[in-house]
Amino acid sequence: MARELASWGRYPYIPQQRHPCSWRNDLSSLLQRLASHPQGTLPYGNGRSYGDSCLAVSGELLQTRQLDRFLSADWEQGVIRAEAGVTLAEVLEVAIPHGWFLPVTPGTKFVTLGGAVANDVHGKNHHVRGTFGCHVRCFALQRSDLTEPLACSARDNSELFHASIGGLGLTGVIAWVELQLMPIASSQIDSITVRFDSLAEFFSLSEEFDRTHEYTVAWIDCLAKGSRAGRGIFSVGNHVREGRLNVHERTRLSVPLTPPVTLMNQLSLNLFNNTYFHLHKPGRNAGQGSYDPFFYPLDSILHWNRIYGSKGFQQYQCVIPNAAAEAAMAEILASIAESGSGSFLAVMKRCGDMPSPGLMSFPMPGVSLALDFPQHAKLESALFHRLDQIVRSAGGRLYPAKDAHMTGDDFRMFYPAWQQVEALRDPALLSHFWKRVTQA
Amino acid sequence: MKNILIVGANSAIATACARIWAAEKSRFFLVARNVEKLEQVAADLDARGASEVKTFTLDMNDFSAHEEMLGAAFTSLGRVDICLVAHGTLPSQAECERDLDLALREFSSNGLSVIALLTRLANRMEEQRTGTIAVISSVAGDRGRPSNYLYGTAKAAISTFCEGLRARLFKVGVHVLTIKPGFVDTPMTQGLSLPKLLLATPPQVARDITRAIDKRRNSIYTPWFWSLIMLLIRNIPTALFKKTNI
Repeated sequence: MARELASWGRYPYIPQQRHPCSWRNDLSSLLQRLASHPQGTLPYGNGRSYGDSCLAVSGELLQTRQLDRFLSADWEQGVIRAEAGVTLAEVLEVAIPHGWFLPVTPGTKFVTLGGAVANDVHGKNHHVRGTFGCHVRCFALQRSDLTEPLACSARDNSELFHASIGGLGLTGVIAWVELQLMPIASSQIDSITVRFDSLAEFFSLSEEFDRTHEYTVAWIDCLAKGSRAGRGIFSVGNHVREGRLNVHERTRLSVPLTPPVTLMNQLSLNLFNNTYFHLHKPGRNAGQGSYDPFFYPLDSILHWNRIYGSKGFQQYQCVIPNAAAEAAMAEILASIAESGSGSFLAVMKRCGDMPSPGLMSFPMPGVSLALDFPQHAKLESALFHRLDQIVRSAGGRLYPAKDAHMTGDDFRMFYPAWQQVEALRDPALLSHFWKRVTQA
Repeated sequence: MKNILIVGANSAIATACARIWAAEKSRFFLVARNVEKLEQVAADLDARGASEVKTFTLDMNDFSAHEEMLGAAFTSLGRVDICLVAHGTLPSQAECERDLDLALREFSSNGLSVIALLTRLANRMEEQRTGTIAVISSVAGDRGRPSNYLYGTAKAAISTFCEGLRARLFKVGVHVLTIKPGFVDTPMTQGLSLPKLLLATPPQVARDITRAIDKRRNSIYTPWFWSLIMLLIRNIPTALFKKTNI
């Protein structure tokens, strides 16, 4: 039937009925109506969470994407206040001409402000600016037992403020967010790409470029084995110091339908990875271009998640603390290459030590790795089981926003503050993820 | 920068059009029934780049107040480059069959109030000798369908009214655009279960509308494929059509 919602990975596939909220004034009554369902409802923005953290146990989602208005914009100070359903793309469209940019952006601009807070997202500049939550001045939170939203900041309702940043939408429905933007002088990015042949090289490049560049990230060839293991492309960038402030024109490529089986198999993947690696000349290559392809290469193909077919896919994203990072990442990459599975998109990034105001923020000082796997029956019992062991023993953790598999034991160890969030959870809200990791 | 009057400014399609014009630093005079929502829409356009946003609260079924509203709009904007008429409701056909008062009220909201507004607006635009009047009609006005004919009748009335008005105002350089959206995902259609493939978003429809105004098109279906669907539906013989429940 029309207008059902799913998660980005389309796994687990638990169809959800959508209940859009178009006006802030309707939020309280809609939430109360959905709260009458004995099982929990949940806010849902633009559906970019991969696993089951955006799926309601009741199957009835309160969709906030239609709450897409700005409340105010101060272009002197670079402070915007906007409804939870405004996407980062919409923020950029409005802010760039005034010389402001998102202080932190994940790899897609199609997430909503509410989602960015609830998952405390991070980006290529985590090593200098921390997570999205570090730049949130305040937000309004609608609880099911109140008729008016609560203004939450580090000063007011501070417990809810800290619990809601990275709180997976469980502490209430965010009505609006006030965000401090970052000044830019140009919408262009000066970039350098460096082809590297080993994991050790990744670490030395990180060491070097994290000091001089706002943005650093690496693509890893997850299928490379033996002497090629850990090879990839390191890519860094800084905002150009002077120039034009142009909003990137939108592109219209789209995967029109979901093929019955995944198009990501070992053959296509090998071909992709080899070609991509060799497209880059050895050594360092400097360039300049628009911010959009630099930050959001995949956004140029709408519905790219469909290439994984009707079974969907899972993303595995972990972070390993610095001390254990190099050894653990080598082990992880070896296990993945051994499995022959994986995806074109495998991203490695050094995270910094700026603390997040959120209680359940994912990043920690260390190295994060993210990659997609087409869903198949043995994915969790074989490969993920092995990877989880490595992450656990290295003192790392997994990212709830991407997750569809982590065990309750692991989650509670990774995020010891979960009980504080549980204590502040709105009793009307419950996701499949939260039920799985706290009640199982 | 354009001077724009929007009637029914809280509607999702109107908002999406206004955002495109706000990015071009346009000036706005917004008219809507619900003042709280209207203020939210105005603040949004202000943040999105509008040079000026004035608001006016009015229920369009109050015909006697149209003149005052138009006076305020023309005083505020000076010249009106675009007037977008977007107000309307989507009544339940079944309820309109049981309740005559409701049927007439809905006909007034979707038909008479538009005719009343356009009658007065046309005279002012005729005097101004420039500008565009863009009116949101509907594919529903192309044929009286059993599931929706009260609404369809009102929309047919305004489509026909606009056709005549276009021919009258063409001579003085004022353009009239009739907009016929298909299924659009808005609060108005929230209760309906509509086929996902045919469902457009307000920004998609708004791009079509703003382009059609720029190109001085006479009448558009949006999204474009509705011109094919309606070609088909208009050509179903009555003998067959009356057996359907569409």
